[in-house]
Amino acid sequence: MDTLASLADGFAIALTWQNILLALLGCFLGTIMGALPGLGPSNGVAILIPLAFTLGLGATPSLILLTSVYYGAMYGGRISSILLNIPGDEPAMMTCLDGHPMAKKGMAGQALSLSGIASFVGAFFATWGLIFLAPQLVKIALLFGPAEYFALFALAFMTLGGVSSTNQAKSAFAAALGLGLAMIGVDTQTGVPRFTFGEVHLYDGLDFLVAIVGLFALSEVFIFLERRHGEADASAPVKIGRLTPPMSMLKDTAPTMARSTVLGFLAGVLPGAGASLGSFISYSLEKRLVDKDGKTFGKGDPRGVAAPEAGNNAAAGGALVPMLALGVPGSGTTAVLLAVLLALNITPGPLLFTQNPDVVWGLIAALFIANFMLLAMNIPMVGLFTRVLMVPPRILMPVVAMVSFVGIYGISGSSFDLLVMIGFGVMGWGLRKLDVPLVPIILGTLLGNSMENNLRRAITIDNGDWWTLIDSPLSIGLWLFATIGFILPLIVGRKVKSKMHERGDEEGSISD
Amino acid sequence: MSDRIFGVVGLLIAIGFALAAFAIEESFLSDAVGPKAFPLIIATVLGLSSIVIALKPDPEPEWPALPRLAEVLAAVVVMILYAELLPEIGFVIATAFAATYLTWRLGSGLIASVVTGIGTSLGIYVIFHLVLGLSLARGPLGF
Repeated sequence: MDTLASLADGFAIALTWQNILLALLGCFLGTIMGALPGLGPSNGVAILIPLAFTLGLGATPSLILLTSVYYGAMYGGRISSILLNIPGDEPAMMTCLDGHPMAKKGMAGQALSLSGIASFVGAFFATWGLIFLAPQLVKIALLFGPAEYFALFALAFMTLGGVSSTNQAKSAFAAALGLGLAMIGVDTQTGVPRFTFGEVHLYDGLDFLVAIVGLFALSEVFIFLERRHGEADASAPVKIGRLTPPMSMLKDTAPTMARSTVLGFLAGVLPGAGASLGSFISYSLEKRLVDKDGKTFGKGDPRGVAAPEAGNNAAAGGALVPMLALGVPGSGTTAVLLAVLLALNITPGPLLFTQNPDVVWGLIAALFIANFMLLAMNIPMVGLFTRVLMVPPRILMPVVAMVSFVGIYGISGSSFDLLVMIGFGVMGWGLRKLDVPLVPIILGTLLGNSMENNLRRAITIDNGDWWTLIDSPLSIGLWLFATIGFILPLIVGRKVKSKMHERGDEEGSISD
Repeated sequence: MSDRIFGVVGLLIAIGFALAAFAIEESFLSDAVGPKAFPLIIATVLGLSSIVIALKPDPEPEWPALPRLAEVLAAVVVMILYAELLPEIGFVIATAFAATYLTWRLGSGLIASVVTGIGTSLGIYVIFHLVLGLSLARGPLGF
């Protein structure tokens, strides 16, 4: 059992005092960020990246901190869904449907603890899935040459649009915009400056961390300013009631959790889909399966709370699989985590498992530890987090803005980067108004250079023959899959997406 | 209408991007593809998707009324000033002003805003600088 031995090594790495403390801090901050409407996993992780760098943390500790925030935010989103009927982040959207009715019936405590357990089940088994699936994917990925990698990147961009937006043209636009931004700077292969317009600050290229924090965190501040959402939408806090679900409820929801975990994990592994899709399809399938006449779902059925929570937490684990094994993230937040790896000079992908096994297995072990911490934090201590929800955005949002500035200034110490970040904030605000998804932009700026390098490497190896791109069965397969992934949503996806977006007119930076 | 304008602007960006790509000076030592090809592919995708957006617009988004738009603009100006003045007057003072402004515009009373602004600034200074050791901008007063 190679895998289990590696996992044991991972635990040896993760179980140091520093790492345990970081995981604890990450879980705590993550749960708060998930619970607060307006802060979601992706911008929560984004504003903490600079902190991880300036603390001088190594690769494994930074990843442990940030993935704990990621998992924590997935747990935390449900709290405001259940208590306030406002999703704390996008994946928790479906939890509102049955969670809030349960709270109204005076079963808020049971809904919270049940969803906490469902989250735990989803995340726990998804982490096992990650352990067994990622190494298999690595074996396939080792067969990839530059041409296949180019096709894989194209696949990621083309399938991303299918789920992240209602308009394929807009997600294609977003991806191209991101790739275009990545081109700014000195060309790595020939050394000529591109799109710099003589500005010396741009020779190094745009720092993707600046882009991420601007697009995700600052644009959120602008949205709040525009609507003057200064007051917390919370009016009267709901009574929480008893905090333990009865055994019969757990027994009833067990099969639901099992099904949703599997579905959510698969949805997470697909490139570009992420946790929102995971919770959406888990909920819809469960509804179709156990409540054919639509009698109980939507009126506070515990199964309707367990399904989306198990689904979105399983998807969060699933989305780490392509990020670690292929270097192609499966969701917005994993794209941000990819940025962390790149900034730490670690190239994700198949070689990560052989060159930096300590990072991979330390991270996976930390996920298990974080999961148990989150379970412990989220059931007895849930009252603490509900109090955090009372902080009104008019105090919270300036703090978010200022922490963003502090973080970016802390990395580079240059006012120019702050100006670029403001520019990205404004751009993000405008694009969100126009319903252009932001995740493809981030993915484009992150992957642009390696996508181009793979293209040029592939063609140079073949002496300038462009047909080499569709030369092997593997790359033909990838292109075929990419094309289907792009065209299929045009035909059938519209219905699913409009259903998914019905409730989520505010997503964007709070998406996963 | 917004989407049509957006599409046209996108198309102009794509054309500008393509022109800038053509203007890239080739080095005498280049690989088979060169530094222009991939940017040109991107420009094509950008242009095509812009055309589609312009031809098939989505329903009109809800644009804020003029006063709210001015609000966002004013916040941008304050942030730019903040970015420029940060190294000049130091972190604590600049942040206190910026946070006060944002809190005030989000609907707090004037005195409450000043208190929150100073609190935010000092809080961040203590946590990030004194506890975590992050280097923040130093003004003439040393903080």
